Amino acid sequence: MEVGKVKRVAGPVVQAVGLKASMYDLVLVGEEGLMSEVIGISGNKHVIQVYEDTSGVKPGEPVKETGAPLVAQLGPGILTSIYDGIQRPLTILAEKSGDFISRGLFVDGIDHKKKWEFKPIVKKGDVVKPGQAIGEVQEQLLIKHKIMVPPRMKGGAIKEIYSGNFNVDETVAVLEDGTKITMVQKWPVRQARPVTRKMPPTIPLRTGQRVIDGFFSLAKGGTAAIPGGFGTGKTVMQQTLSKWADVDAVIYVGCGERGNEMADLLHEFPELVDPRTNRPLMERSIVYANTSNMPVAAREASIYTGMTTAEYYRDMGYDCMMTADSTSRWAEAMRELASRLEEMPGEEGYPAYLGARLADFYERAGRAEVLNGGFGSVSVVGAVSPPGGDFTEPVTQNTLRMVKVFWALDSRLTQRRHFPSINWLDSYSLYDKDLEPWFTENVNADWNKNKKRAMAILQENAELEEIVMLVGSDALPEDQQMTLEVARMIINFWLAQSAFHPVDASCPYKKQFDLLQSILAYRDYSFEALKKGIPVDIIKNTPSKDALAKIRLVEDYEPDLKRVMAQMDSEFKAMK
Amino acid sequence: MTKEYKTIVEISGPLIFVEKTEPVGFNELVEIRTGDEIKRGQVLDTSDEIVVVQVFEGTGGLSKASAVKFTGDVIKMPLSPGIIGRVLSGSGRPRDGGPPIVPEVERDIIGAAINPASREKPRAFIQTGISTIDGTNTLVRGQKLPIFSGSGLPHNDVALQIARQAKTLEGAESFAVVFCAMGITNEEAQHFMADFERTGALERAVIFLNLADDPAVERILTPRLGLTTAEYLAFDLDMHVLIIYTDMTNYCESLRQMGAAREEVPGRRGYPGYMYTDLAIQYERAGIIRGKKGSITQFPILTMPGDDITHPIPDLSGYITEGQLIVSRELHRKGIYPPIDIRPSLSRLMNSGIGAGHTREDHRAVSDQLYAYYAEGCDLRGLAAIVGKEALSERDKLILEFADLFERRFVNQGRDEDRTIFETLQIGWDLLANLPEAMLTRVDDKYIQKYHPKHAGSAKKE
Repeated sequence: MEVGKVKRVAGPVVQAVGLKASMYDLVLVGEEGLMSEVIGISGNKHVIQVYEDTSGVKPGEPVKETGAPLVAQLGPGILTSIYDGIQRPLTILAEKSGDFISRGLFVDGIDHKKKWEFKPIVKKGDVVKPGQAIGEVQEQLLIKHKIMVPPRMKGGAIKEIYSGNFNVDETVAVLEDGTKITMVQKWPVRQARPVTRKMPPTIPLRTGQRVIDGFFSLAKGGTAAIPGGFGTGKTVMQQTLSKWADVDAVIYVGCGERGNEMADLLHEFPELVDPRTNRPLMERSIVYANTSNMPVAAREASIYTGMTTAEYYRDMGYDCMMTADSTSRWAEAMRELASRLEEMPGEEGYPAYLGARLADFYERAGRAEVLNGGFGSVSVVGAVSPPGGDFTEPVTQNTLRMVKVFWALDSRLTQRRHFPSINWLDSYSLYDKDLEPWFTENVNADWNKNKKRAMAILQENAELEEIVMLVGSDALPEDQQMTLEVARMIINFWLAQSAFHPVDASCPYKKQFDLLQSILAYRDYSFEALKKGIPVDIIKNTPSKDALAKIRLVEDYEPDLKRVMAQMDSEFKAMK
Repeated sequence: MTKEYKTIVEISGPLIFVEKTEPVGFNELVEIRTGDEIKRGQVLDTSDEIVVVQVFEGTGGLSKASAVKFTGDVIKMPLSPGIIGRVLSGSGRPRDGGPPIVPEVERDIIGAAINPASREKPRAFIQTGISTIDGTNTLVRGQKLPIFSGSGLPHNDVALQIARQAKTLEGAESFAVVFCAMGITNEEAQHFMADFERTGALERAVIFLNLADDPAVERILTPRLGLTTAEYLAFDLDMHVLIIYTDMTNYCESLRQMGAAREEVPGRRGYPGYMYTDLAIQYERAGIIRGKKGSITQFPILTMPGDDITHPIPDLSGYITEGQLIVSRELHRKGIYPPIDIRPSLSRLMNSGIGAGHTREDHRAVSDQLYAYYAEGCDLRGLAAIVGKEALSERDKLILEFADLFERRFVNQGRDEDRTIFETLQIGWDLLANLPEAMLTRVDDKYIQKYHPKHAGSAKKE
């Protein structure tokens, strides 16, 4: 390995001479060996971004090559970990350097001493392909970690395979050509891990949130953006998703976030219980916490590190969800580094390749047939924080070009304490068509029809509300007054959902459907009654309508709903 | 390392360019001597050929003949318990005529990031005695809550009142104030100083003053020195530190000036692309560390240029801080003090600091209810202006009246009026009592029974 020399230092960007390293290779800068990455080569100079503070680094100090790019260590023990942006476990950093993060620390992403019980699932003589699982480790109670042949290895016939307790560096299998397989893989974070083929997004990712599942659903392997100015509830939204999404692993990347907020997350997450399995939520989670004051280059890398771990679990055939909070901070890290490199800026000072980088990132999401056979998925939910709430800024615009689902958080809803504060008029999901068959087949044939009807009512409501603002609601014709009332029911009984109520926090598909169906039934009854000339005030005062509001809070709701619907039927029949 | 160089090749604004040096470290502290005067600077860019130094005390008086000494060390703040009660310049030199600080320790002013895993979740309620803060935008220990204001508004009075009155309900604890003035006028500084002296706050304060006519570059140093001091007081001396800095807008202007001098590629509105990270490095030095007794609570003040909250300075700040208090020109014009508009204001950590065991069980409900009707009342003012008050429904009239009363009785208070949280909640209840009970939809019945003035004579004073 070559040892070069520092030539120039300006903030996180260092120039060095005498290196042979390739682009994106990891190098160690200075006497302290600060972790860095080659991001440009010009003439005999290497341009390097340093993941740590460069104070005190002088020209002439050594730069050591490592011969490899920045890699993530992949193996059993990743789940439940809390990392910084370059996969250093924060708790171990705290043990080594105290409460403040100091420089030049090397810590493995996974524990190399811990023994795991390896159970082979192939036997001697079997021919294995790259990416194929050769054994399993019970990583968590509910998650079996598959030990796979690394995708870049050739594969071949198995010469030896062992069973028993090993640490991740010990050989668990030997191939015919002498290749040894261990339980750890090292994968360059900036490269997508290969799959056999990508699949179309035809299965919804259940979140238990009515406004999402019912109106703007995300597919497994899909991409969604949550934009919103500060104080619109992005973070709460992402945490609700992490809690309720029906995925096997959640990768949370806190990219340039607040320290106190991360502290809150790190304290609360381990205490949260996965409502579906009654196991700690942490057992299926991986957290990357790179707060806004941690080095900017590591922030830039954190998104890739997170994605690589998500892909690794996908390769085992799991459904993973990665939430990135926030991609704007990531883009800003890119901008900052680009300006240090004195690159020609594009829009608003962002580098010209901003769109391409965002595209690369979101393209790594998807549902795929994995090399091991079977299917896995990585869904991505990226928060975007547009400066001043201005959606025309480059990060939001480039993101919207890539993602298929847009959950527009609305501060007016937050101020009215309507949660989840997703605006039903501005949001959209382009997976609608792809997912329709699934809902028809698995929930109810009327799912899509009801959804369209409800949307149409809300649309009409928005138009009517503008008129109401001018003339008051009493001036409207009776049928329009009724539409306002039904829209109010959809908004308050169905779209609004309490994240803290034990029952209402998550709503199964069937219940979502039944609730909406009953509101629409009320609409049909009331318009029928209007036709008969019954005054709108009488219709609005049906007791069954108010009873309907409480159904969503009942766990075993079906008997209650049946009773309310019967009551509604008789009330309307009794109207004259 | 103690070699002096007389090889300045260029002086440009706050920067000097020095050539033919030994290897010099990035961020290293530099001393520039002209005759007897010594100025200090910091290395911004270092290479074999040329070293760029930003001079904190201004380049006035420097020439090619000035001698440059690289100290081989980064800038450090000398610290000892004796620093409490001192007035220092924006670059940390005594400004009160006292002796230099004899350091017990010296700390690197570029504070390292607190490991998120070592942070303690902030949850201790701080009573500021101001209803709009305590009641509806509660501050907790370890939080960073900026005041977004505009020029000509009484944000300084609000900050001073908070500094005077802030306490926890547990009572006596070791408490200190660090005050960093950046680019404020002499008059404003005197106002602050007089208030500190009047109330005796000076004895438990450390003051850094960089006035409007002091070098702009020095301002880049000031918050760093202040925060390093705060960290020392909090984590070495176990004190609860409240740090106020005013005005962050001046600080950001200095950053922009430095960026322009270095010919950097500018970001939004000419501010450097790294401003978010730079601000984060300051703001994030608030918090509590697990196992340590002290804490750092931040109160940055910034004036929004043109009252524009989407301007990069308030915008980027808002993304880092845990909420914001908005000082409103409209309320100020109505003669209401403190003119804090609760609608756009927010305390993100409020929930962890209120409720039973912190303040009182009904706090959240009362706050939500006040918020909801005040916001609705403000909206109705617009409608009333169009259609006239008479055209409003009875309910709307009540709410409109509520909003006016809310401003006059809840928001408005004296500059020395120190309300307890229970007094604040009582005012809230008194206002809500003007509305029919059926309208209190956000308050649980059991709280209405217990605290509503109609029902509960007994619960008035707790």
